[in-house]
Amino acid sequence: MKKLAALLMLATALSAPSMAMARDVSIQTSLVQYSGHAAYLAVYLTNPDGSYNSTLWVSGHKTKYYGDLRGWARAVSRGGSLNLDGITGASVGSGDTLTVHANLADTLLDAGYQIRVDSAVENGGQYADDAVIDLTSTPATASGTGYVNTISLGL
Amino acid sequence: MRRLHSLGGLFGGLLVIFMATTGFVLSLQPLADAATTMAADSGVNVAALADRVAADLPGVERLVRSASGQLVAYTAENGVRSAVIVDPQTGAAAGAYAPSAFFSFITDLHRSFMLGNVGHGAAGVAALIILALAISGTLLLVGKVGGWRKLLAASRGTGSQRLHTDLARIGVAVLLLTSVTGAYMSAVNFALLPENAGAMFAFPPASAGDSVAPIASLEALAAIPLTDLRELTFPAMGDATDVFTVTTQAGQGYVDQGTGAMLSFTPSDAWQRAYEFIYLLHTGQGAPLVALLVGLGALSVPLLAVTGTIIWWMRRRNTPRFSGNVSWRDADTIILVGSEGGSSWGFAATLQDALRLQGQRVHVAAMNELRRSYPNASRLLVLAASYGDGAAPASARQFLARLERFASTPGFAVLGFGDQSFAQFCGFAARVDAALAAKGLSRLLPLGSVDRQSAGHFAAWGKGLGARLGLPLVLNHVAARPATRKLLLVERTLYGMEVQAPVVVLKFAAPQPRGGWFGPRLPHFEVGDLVGIVPPGGAAPRYYSLASASRDGVLEICVRKQTDGLCSEFLHSLVPGEAIDSFIRPNPDFRPKQGRRPLILIGAGAGVAPLAGFVRHNRHRRPVHLFFGGRDPASDFLYRDDLQTALDAGRLTSLNARFSRVMGGGYVQDLVSAEADTVRRLVQQGAQIMVCGGRDMANGVRGAIQDCLAPLGLSVDGLKQKGLYLEDAY
Repeated sequence: MKKLAALLMLATALSAPSMAMARDVSIQTSLVQYSGHAAYLAVYLTNPDGSYNSTLWVSGHKTKYYGDLRGWARAVSRGGSLNLDGITGASVGSGDTLTVHANLADTLLDAGYQIRVDSAVENGGQYADDAVIDLTSTPATASGTGYVNTISLGL
Repeated sequence: MRRLHSLGGLFGGLLVIFMATTGFVLSLQPLADAATTMAADSGVNVAALADRVAADLPGVERLVRSASGQLVAYTAENGVRSAVIVDPQTGAAAGAYAPSAFFSFITDLHRSFMLGNVGHGAAGVAALIILALAISGTLLLVGKVGGWRKLLAASRGTGSQRLHTDLARIGVAVLLLTSVTGAYMSAVNFALLPENAGAMFAFPPASAGDSVAPIASLEALAAIPLTDLRELTFPAMGDATDVFTVTTQAGQGYVDQGTGAMLSFTPSDAWQRAYEFIYLLHTGQGAPLVALLVGLGALSVPLLAVTGTIIWWMRRRNTPRFSGNVSWRDADTIILVGSEGGSSWGFAATLQDALRLQGQRVHVAAMNELRRSYPNASRLLVLAASYGDGAAPASARQFLARLERFASTPGFAVLGFGDQSFAQFCGFAARVDAALAAKGLSRLLPLGSVDRQSAGHFAAWGKGLGARLGLPLVLNHVAARPATRKLLLVERTLYGMEVQAPVVVLKFAAPQPRGGWFGPRLPHFEVGDLVGIVPPGGAAPRYYSLASASRDGVLEICVRKQTDGLCSEFLHSLVPGEAIDSFIRPNPDFRPKQGRRPLILIGAGAGVAPLAGFVRHNRHRRPVHLFFGGRDPASDFLYRDDLQTALDAGRLTSLNARFSRVMGGGYVQDLVSAEADTVRRLVQQGAQIMVCGGRDMANGVRGAIQDCLAPLGLSVDGLKQKGLYLEDAY
C-alpha cells in the first residue's frame, strides 16, 4: 500500500506559543477499492460551531476539480482567502492510504473541533463530508461514507 | 519504412492487440446505452425536472446526465448514499443505478492496464505505435500500388498479403482517428497539452439567503433545456446561502436558490471544447454510430497483426543466409540483389554457387550496399526485382544515388525479376541497366528478365552469361519448396494426338482414401492454384494450373506434351495407380471476384483447364462466357462434354470456340475480335476477364481486347488495376 506522507506546519494562529503545548497528529485516510481515476481529497479542520477553520491537505493537482470537493469549497469560499502552498499532493488511488501530519495546539484537542474529508473522482462520485472525526487526545477511528473507507487519528 | 513498419508491428503488436480488443469491447457500451436509455422530448427544462426529482428523492445532492442521455440522481439521507435512475421525461425515480462492473473493468484495462500512471503511459505509447503503423503502412501501400491515385486498386499477393492490405484499407482511417485522439487524451492526462486555457478553481458565490424559492420557478434553470444539461448540484440541505451549480455543454454557472438568477457563468474555452470533441470521437459516448465505426476499426487490428506477422515471417524465411561469401575487397565477381519479397536472394544463392563451382570468388550483397569501388572485381551482376509498377524494391532504394559516386569499371549484367502482367515489367531493372551504361561500364549482356520467378528464364540467362564469360554455367534454381506429397493417378484422358499436340487430362487422388479425419487427404487448394510436380530425376518442379479444388476430392491438371520436356513426358507416361511427388503453390491473383458480375474466360489449349474448373464451380449461375481456342474440334476440344453439361445446367452462359487447323479457322484472339460487341457489352456490365494459356496467345488476346475496348475509352491496364483483367500465362 502506497504511503503518502507530508509534514505540515500550520499557521501561527493554530500553534501554541510554546512547542511543548503542541502535539504531532497524524491523520490516516484509507480509500475503499473502486474503479475509476484516482480520488481528489480535501482534509480540513472545522471549529466547534461547524464553521471552517483551516485546510490541512488537498490531494490532486488539477484545480478545476477542486470545486467538486463541495463541502470544503463552500467552506473556503465563505472563509475568504486560501493559500495551499506546500499542502497539496497527488490524487489518491483506489485502496490507497493518505497520511497527513499536522502540528496542532493542545487547546484544539477534545474541544469540539473536527477533521473532515471531502472526496471526488473525475466522472465519478462527489462526497462532501465523506468522513468526519472528532479531534480528540486519544487515537480514534471512524468510517467513511463514500470513497473513504476509514479515517484514523494517531497522536 | 518497411523496417519501421515491421519492427513496430512486432514489438508493439501485443500491446496494440490488447488496446484494440479492449477498445472494441468498450465500443459496445454506447450501443448498449443507446438501447437502454429512456428518451425525453426536447420540451423538458432543467428547473421543472429538478423540482420533480427533489420532491421524489429527499436528500438529492446531484443530478448527472451522461452523454447517452441517461439521468442519474445521487442522494444522501441519514448517512445512506444511493444512486437512482431518473426518467428524463417525468423526473420519476426508475430504479437503482448500478454502473456495469464489466465495462468499468475493461475501461481501466484500456486506459492504464490497471497499472496506474505507468499503465497510462503505456496506453499512450500504444496509441503512438498504432499511429506510426497506420502512417508507415499507408506509405508502403502507396509505394506498392504505384501512387496515391491507385490506392484503391485491387490488391495482389498471397492470401495474407491481400487480407492485410484489404483490412488496412478499410481500417486505416478509423485507426488514424482513434490513435490520434487517444494520443491527444494521453498527452492531456500527462499535462503535455492543456486541458483548458488555465481556468482556475472558482469559489462558488453565495445566494442572497433571504428566501428559498420553489425549484420550478428558478428562471436561470428553466432557461436550460434538459438536453444541454451535464450536471446539476443541489444546494446543501438547510443552507439558504448555498447555490445550484449547473454544468452544461456551454460551461459552468451558479444559480441563486432564492432569486433564480445566474450569479456567474464560466463558458468552456476552446481547449475544453476540443477535448470534449476528441473524447467523443474516441469513445463514441452519446454517438452510437461513431462507436460502431470505431469498434469495427479496432476489430481489424488483431487481424492486421496476425497477417502482418505471417508476411514478416515468410519474408524472413525467404532470405537465405550466405555461406562462403567472399569479402568485397577480394571478390572478382560482385552480385547485388534488389529484393522485395526476398525470393531474389534464392536466385542469387544459386548464381553464387554456380560461379563458385567454376572457381570464381563471389561477393553477394544488397543493392543498397554498393561500395564506392571494388578493387578486384571485373564483373558486377545485378539481380533486381521490380516492385509493383516498376518502383525500386526496399533493398535497392539507395542504389541509384550511390551509383553516382561509384568509381570502379567492372563489366555488368542486369537481370530483372517481375510480373509481366504489370505495365512496367522490370521497369526498375531497366533503369538500373541504363544508369550503369551511362556510368560508362561495359555491358556483358543485354538486360535480361525473369517473369514470375521462372526457373527456366533464369537458367537461360545463366547460359548466356556463361557463354559470355567463357564458363560452363548451369543455373539450376530450385526455389525452397515445401514438403511434397504423394498422389496417385486415378484417371487419364488423352486429346490432340491427331494434330500432333498431345494433351492429357490427369486426375489424382490421395493414396488409400479412407475418408476419416486422420487418413491421408488432399492438401488444400482452389481452382487456379498451381501444383508443383517434381519428375523423377528432375531437380526443379514444373507448375500446372489446377482445374479442380480440394473439395472436389481430386486434383485435376491438363498437361501439353513438350518436346524434350522432362516433366511433361513423365506425366504423359503415367498410368493409373502410379504416383507423383507434388506440392501446392497458391495463386490467389488468379481467381474470379466474388459476386454476380459476368465472367469472360479466354483460354487456348491446356490453358482452358482452370477456366473449366471455374465453370464447374459456378454454383450460383452467374453469367459466364467462355472463349476457347484449339487446333481441331475432332481432336483437341478439351472438356467438350463437361462444358456442354455446364451449358445445359446454366453454369455456363455461352461457349465460343475457334480452331486453327480447320478451313476458315483461326485463333482465339480472332474469336475475341469477332465477338467484340459482346465483350464490350459485358465489360460495361462490370465483367471480369480471365485469360489462361501460352504467353503468345495471352499477348494476342490482350491486343484484341485492347482494340475492342478502345471505343469505350477503356484500356486493359485500367481493367488490370481494378482487378478486372487477370492473366495466367506461361
